Amino acid sequence: MATVRIPPVLRPKTGGQPEVEVGGATVGEVLRSLTSEYPDTGEQLFGEGGELNRYVNVYLNDEDVRVLGGLDTAVADGDTVVILPAMAGG
Amino acid sequence: MATETQTAIEEIEPFEAAEEIKDGDVVLIDTREPHEYQEAHLDGGKLVPPGLLAGEIEAAAPDKSARTILYCRSGNRSAVAAAQMQGMGYENVASMAGGILAWQEQGLPVLAAEGMTPEQRDRYSRHTLLPEVGVDGQLKLLDAKVLLLGAGGLGAPTALYLAAAGIGTLGLVDDDVVDASNLQRQVIHNTERIGEPKTASARKTIEALNPDVNVVEHRMRLDASNILDVIRDYDVIVDGADNFPTRYLLNDASVRLRKPVVSASILSFDGQISTFVPYEGPCYRCLYPTPPPAELAPSCSANGVLGVMAGTMGTLQANEVIKLVLGVGEPLIGRLLLYEALGTRFTELKVRRDPDCPICGEDAPEIPESEMGQFPDYELFCAG
Repeated sequence: MATVRIPPVLRPKTGGQPEVEVGGATVGEVLRSLTSEYPDTGEQLFGEGGELNRYVNVYLNDEDVRVLGGLDTAVADGDTVVILPAMAGG
Repeated sequence: MATETQTAIEEIEPFEAAEEIKDGDVVLIDTREPHEYQEAHLDGGKLVPPGLLAGEIEAAAPDKSARTILYCRSGNRSAVAAAQMQGMGYENVASMAGGILAWQEQGLPVLAAEGMTPEQRDRYSRHTLLPEVGVDGQLKLLDAKVLLLGAGGLGAPTALYLAAAGIGTLGLVDDDVVDASNLQRQVIHNTERIGEPKTASARKTIEALNPDVNVVEHRMRLDASNILDVIRDYDVIVDGADNFPTRYLLNDASVRLRKPVVSASILSFDGQISTFVPYEGPCYRCLYPTPPPAELAPSCSANGVLGVMAGTMGTLQANEVIKLVLGVGEPLIGRLLLYEALGTRFTELKVRRDPDCPICGEDAPEIPESEMGQFPDYELFCAG
């Protein structure tokens, strides 16, 4: 199981939970597990073609998955997947 | 009493002390008060005020068998301290006769707080006591020009601490007026100033806090036609803007002029902060190539924000600015620090330069000024 950190803007879609434990062997599988459990998160994370939306940053532990293997990056038990949106509040 | 202790300890003349110090392997202790130390002290002298000797001397002089020379202003306090240290087991202690006055009369060199007025030496003494700041560092702060984008939630605490720290010039960009709903977090303003321009209100608070600071008000909204002129004369820029268009605009202009930007944002219980130094680390567009659509980019006015969150993130921004000005420590270059206030948890993520970044990438062409801060889907921006 991996821990997915949910940003404030998506928490209404996860029943307010800041963290969700889900399964999956890759970053893509983990995010798909999340969207199948909490379907409302899906449209925010993925585009119509199933690719990660450009404005969503995803980190495996402390590293951007864009510099790893993208959605194919392997996830180990106990890893943390961080969904990070840009915020503009000042 | 003092005479008795002076007979029981070794006293050496300043020229003898100077020779020993030059030969090395000497622990040099200044037994005066901090304000005296600030004005002038011997190079290498460690400050241990008389009242703190019992508690602090072992940290300053851990080896009790090492040659240790004490000095004060005229030789009395150092003689008393030498006797006290002998009683604590120090074996090779000497007091310098005549103190730093006699040392200076003989034309021997001291480190003096030149360039600062007596009032400044007093005001910034807790800074100059830090080896990482010192008098030279404080003079750098007094010489620095820092621009704050936004005199709001983030800008308020950042400006207060930068003003207190003696940043010589603080520019404030904001076109808004103080509203009652701001006061839950924007601590630089107050109830009497509701309705006043934020830049004017902030100026009053800053000038009351520290008359050393020159406040420059930029009561305007930044756009592609004016941003280069506004930021050009500043050393460091602090981004506390409340909307994405300004954040991308600032990024594009600051990369062009190679200005470091300390960028933070806050929403509800969450904050983010990073330091973008053009071409040394990633820029804002490397981190966020595309702004989110409006439904994923709620503003503080729509979503709420815990007031103290602004203080936490704003003071972290002030800390980054001071490190950049002093050239000390490790700024958040290539690192994004997340703070989650409900869990009181900090998380650090790596941020890489994007080789394909349209602004700072290797092959990125210089864009015309009219295109700075722009996106094809510009209308999707949340306007704060």
